[in-house]
Parts: sequence; structure tokens; C-alpha cells
Amino acid sequence: MNLLAEPVGVAHYMVIGAIMFVTGAVCMATKRNALGVLMGIELVLNGANVNFVALGSEYLRPAQDGLGLDGQLIALFVIVLAAAEAAVALAITLNFYNNHMTVDVDQADELKG
Amino acid sequence: MAEFFDQYLWTWLAYLLAALVHATLLINVVAVGALIFIWMERKVAGRIQDRLGPTRVGGKFGWLQTLADGIKLIAKEDLMPAGADPLLFRAAPYISFCASFCAYLALPFAFGWWALSVNTAVFFIVAVIGLEVFGVILGGYASGSKWSLFGAMREAAQVVSYEVPLGLCVVVPVLIAGTMDLVTIGEMQSGWFTNWYVLHDPFTFITFWVYFTCAVASVNRAPFDLAEAESELVAGFLTEYSGLRWSYFFMAEYSSMFVVSGLASILFCGGWNGPIPLTHMLGIADSSNPVVHYLANLLGCLNLLGKAVFGVTFMMWVRWTLPRLRIDQVMTTCLKYCTPIAAVMFVGATGWKYLQLPSLNGLVPRRPMGEVREYWLASDQGGSMKSAPAIPPATVRRRPVHMEVR
Amino acid sequence: MAPINWHTFYFLLFALTAGVFAVAVAVTSNVVRMAFYLVLCLSATAGLFFLAGADFVGAMQIMIYVGGTLVLLIFGVMLTAQGPFISMKTRSGEWVLGLLAGGSLLAILISAAVGVRAWRPVELEEHSPQARVTASRLGMGLLGARVDQLDQSDKTLRAGMSGYLFPFEIISVHLLVVLIGAAYLARPKKRMRPGEETQA
Repeated sequence: MNLLAEPVGVAHYMVIGAIMFVTGAVCMATKRNALGVLMGIELVLNGANVNFVALGSEYLRPAQDGLGLDGQLIALFVIVLAAAEAAVALAITLNFYNNHMTVDVDQADELKG
Repeated sequence: MAEFFDQYLWTWLAYLLAALVHATLLINVVAVGALIFIWMERKVAGRIQDRLGPTRVGGKFGWLQTLADGIKLIAKEDLMPAGADPLLFRAAPYISFCASFCAYLALPFAFGWWALSVNTAVFFIVAVIGLEVFGVILGGYASGSKWSLFGAMREAAQVVSYEVPLGLCVVVPVLIAGTMDLVTIGEMQSGWFTNWYVLHDPFTFITFWVYFTCAVASVNRAPFDLAEAESELVAGFLTEYSGLRWSYFFMAEYSSMFVVSGLASILFCGGWNGPIPLTHMLGIADSSNPVVHYLANLLGCLNLLGKAVFGVTFMMWVRWTLPRLRIDQVMTTCLKYCTPIAAVMFVGATGWKYLQLPSLNGLVPRRPMGEVREYWLASDQGGSMKSAPAIPPATVRRRPVHMEVR
Repeated sequence: MAPINWHTFYFLLFALTAGVFAVAVAVTSNVVRMAFYLVLCLSATAGLFFLAGADFVGAMQIMIYVGGTLVLLIFGVMLTAQGPFISMKTRSGEWVLGLLAGGSLLAILISAAVGVRAWRPVELEEHSPQARVTASRLGMGLLGARVDQLDQSDKTLRAGMSGYLFPFEIISVHLLVVLIGAAYLARPKKRMRPGEETQA
């Protein structure tokens, strides 16, 4: 089977989206640096975006089956919201750093009493 | 071209060769352009400071000075500080260079002469130019030196801020043209120089200057070159770089100078349309003869290059005339002056267009605007190409034959 | 040799770049290198968007995500780094747990993606270049007019496809609120701990 001669479908895009989503989730779970957690979130959002764009694409399956423009529009909203989320998360991280002198999220355990 | 090679070679090799030829063509625009600009910069600087500039290497005007410099840089020892992050330190110059090179992909040089026809070319170019900052930030951070870190921090703050007014200024001609396709924007300004968008109304005229200021700032040229302020930061993010890596940063800088000037000339100054529509007057622009047609395109290309080189020269003039701003003054210029002015100009140009006030663009009659519009709505409803209404001549006229890889 | 399907070729190129660097982000502990890998991963994703015919979303991805958000992230790294190259090691127990959970999630997602028949690759006829013109249609969609759904015959479906003007407005106001809120949160203030000297 010649890999390069086969057409690409929505499933291919969804696999790469799934890989990005899962690495992002693992990144969020294992990183101790608050900014690392933030990068994990970006990966997760991008994995979702890949799926939206693939489902809306006219190049991957007939236009009448696809999401059409909705896919791209939702992806746009996700990107904009991700920018807003990053700004707020960065502000929180800076505040955290000001209070604890570190960005290690494991140090935020004051509520344990 | 790929089909031509395909007759003699394996398929993959044929495509590789065709791609290489096209990539080499584009890379040479960057590399040779940088060579000439660096020589020009030294000459301009010399003349402004009442000196001669380079005079020895390669004849009377020192033509080959940059080449000699290049050989020196290649032969230089490649140093890396012990405290540096080796991977990022090595990768940073290439990121800068690749980013500024990618912008050339979407920049049309004449009607039909572009590497890649992107529907959102304006947006793409502005986005990709913004990527160049990554090389600078990573290089500055990975050097492990305080001067470099300071330079990188300033660069990050400066570029992120200046992208706002730059984007606002770019939107104005996009709004007047009603498309983000650079080819369409350029074609809509064909005819006499009164058709250029810089003369559309007073607001666009001011927008052009604001755009140019922000462009100078976003490519880090003096008086905004805070990232490598020699007087305070040794050489900023370049402190630890030497030899070829250092020169990659410089090539990136000069090529992005050229890109923003080229973008300015297409958006505001008619692009490949000269001040006097000679090719249209002589009737060779629409000629079916390929050679004549090629000559007309060559003339257009020279027009664009001339305007862009003029922009670059202007930047050099500014650099050797004005003193460097302080970092707080740079931010003040951006946030308190450029952004509000650009916003007001945006509203003003929108109002001018909406109220259909008289504009210099209507002074000399030209082809009706509708001819060069994108026909997206019509093609959407029709579904396939065949049932769509007849495509106007301006959009399908002269299929691009050059520099298209696929 | 069968003719090369260029869509597949570029898809593999971008997908491999995106996937490899996504994994690299997860396994690196140096936060600046993570940011660098993330840049490459997100740029490759933008390439995937271009490939799927979403030019505008791809350019938006480069501009806002890579050019804006990640610069902000690196800025944050610089502001909070104490040593020259900080790295915080993850305990191996967390790695095992994370990989277990992640691996099972990945297995489920991939089996779901491959399992649906409608998502399998299909042979499509060549598209006209007009199909790529998306920016104007997206703009109209955001303004409340869906030019791609003009021939929708179903009345109920048509009512639901009136565009995205309202979400667009909400998001604009949301961005403004976020801007003010972030500036308020990150403003310089006195340190909370007693005994330390105040710092601007």
C-alpha cells in the first residue's frame, strides 16, 4: 500500500487532533510549572480546533455532509477565547508568583490548613 | 515546470527539483536584496554623515563591500557562551530568517507573479512578520546573558504593542478594497497615480504615515531598535552572537524591511501599477503575446521593487537622522499616539467610504470597480464553476505561469 | 509508482511536525524549550488549517496564537524565572498515572475517530479555486448573514442559521472585560508577607 497515494479523510485529522488533545491533557496533569500547565491548555484547545476545522472542511468530504462555515467560525471563537484565557491565566500566574515567589503549582496548598 | 521534469525523472525527484528552483528564486530575492541593502545602508549613512562610505572593494563605489563582509563572517569562529541553551541558541537565527522569508510566499511581485495565491494574503503577511520576534526573544533568552535578556524583553513588549496599530492601519485599505487578497487590492488601484489608496481621502493619507511608523517599529529599526540599543545594552539580543548566525539575524531584518515596504506599496501606493499607466496606454498589459506580456509584467515588477526600495531607503534615512527613543517613549508613541490615531483614521475612512464623499480616486476615470471584485457570492450560489455567472476578465485574465509550484 | 497525492503528502508533513512537537512539549521539563516546541506545533497546526481550506483560521492561528499568546507566555516565563533555565521535575509516579490515563484516553478517541464511517476518506472531485474564498463568507457569517446557507429549504434549520452576530458581540465585550481584568490582576502591589520590604 502506498501511503502517499491514499486520500486523507476527516478521520486522519481527528487522530492528530486526538494526539494533541491527549498530550495537552498529560501536560496539564504532570507539569508543576504553572506556565507549563497553561501550555497544556493551549494544546488541548488546539486539538479541539483541528477537529472543528476538519469537520467543516469541503476538501475532506462532500460539502452537504460537513459542518460548513460553522466549523471555521467556532474555531475562530475558540482562538479568540484562548487568547483571553491566556491573558487572565498569565495575570493569575504573576499574582501567584508575587505571593509565593515561585510558579510551582504544588506550593499552592494553603487551604489545607 | 514539474511536468517538464516529470518526463525525464522519477516523480518525486521532479517535484523536488521544481520546488527547489522556485525556492531558490525566492531565497535569492532575500539574500541578494540583503547584500544590496547593507551596501546601500553604509553608503546612505556615509552620505548623511558627510562621509564617503565604502569606496575600495570592487571598484569606485565599493559594490563588493558586503560580499567581503560576508566572507569575513563565514570565516569567523562560531562562539557559543558556556551558559547558553545550545538548542535554542542555535535555532533562534533560523526562526527569524524563516519567518521573514515566509512572508515572501504571499507577496505578489506583479500581476500573476506570486509564489502562492492566498485569499487572505494581507493577514498572512502581517501574521508571519510578527513571528520574527520569536527568534529574537528565544535568542536573547537562550544566550544566558543579561544584556541579551533585556533586549529580548524589550523586543517582546515592543512588538506585541506595535502589532495593534499596525493591524488597524492595514485594515483601512482592506476595508476600502473590500478584500484581503493583495492581487485584487493592487489591481483595484490601476490607472493613474490618483487611483492609489494613499490619495483616497485625507484619512488614508495619514494612515499611510502611521503604518510606516509602526512598520519601522515592528521590524526593529532605529529610532525604535530598543532590542539592540548599542549605547545601553552592548548589542542587546545580538550580544553573544557572532559569525554566520549573527548575519542570519541581519538578513532577516533587511528582508522584513523589504516586506513591510512592499506591503505598504501594494496597500497604499498602487503596487505594480506605475504613476502613469504606460502599459495600459500602449495596450501591452492585456496583450496575448507571451513575450510582450512578460515585458509588461517585468515593468510592473520593477515598479513594485522601486517603490519598496524607496521605502527601505526612507527607513535608512530615518535611522541616520533621528536619535533612538527611550523604552518608555517607544511605548508612549505606540499606545498614546499611534493606536488612537489609527483608530480615528479607521473610523474616518469608514465614514468617508460609507458616505461616498468625493475622492481623488475618482479624478481620472478608469475601469469600473466591480470588474476587479472577488466574485465569491456569485460562485457560492452557483455551486460549480460552470453554472456561475461569467467570470469578469480582470480576475481570470492572464493565468499565473511563473513561480507557482503546483 | 502511483502518483503522489499532494494533500496527503503535506498532511503527513504537518501532522508529523504537530504530533512530534506536541509530545515534545509534554516530555520536556525546561519551560522555555516547551514554549519553543509549542510554537512549532501550533505553526504546523496552522499549516493543517491551510490544508483543510481554512485560510483565514490558519492566518488567525499564526497571528493570535503564535504571535500573541505565545509571546505573552514567554514574557511570563521571563518575568517569573529565577534561575537562568528553570526546570521543575515531575515525580515518576505522576508520569505513570498521567501516561496511563492519557494512553487510555488516546485509545478511545482514536478508535472513535476511525470507527465512524462518515469520517473515512472519500475521493472528491477537484475543487475550483473559488471554493477557497472563505474570508468574506466568514465575515458575513459574523455579521449575521450565512451566505453558504442561502438555499437551505428547511424552515426550522434556516432560523437557526442566522449567523453569529450575537456571539460576536458577546466575545467583543468579553475581550474588553478580560483586558481590564488582567491589567487589574497583574498590577504591581505590595507584597503580602510581613517583614519584607515593600517593592513596587
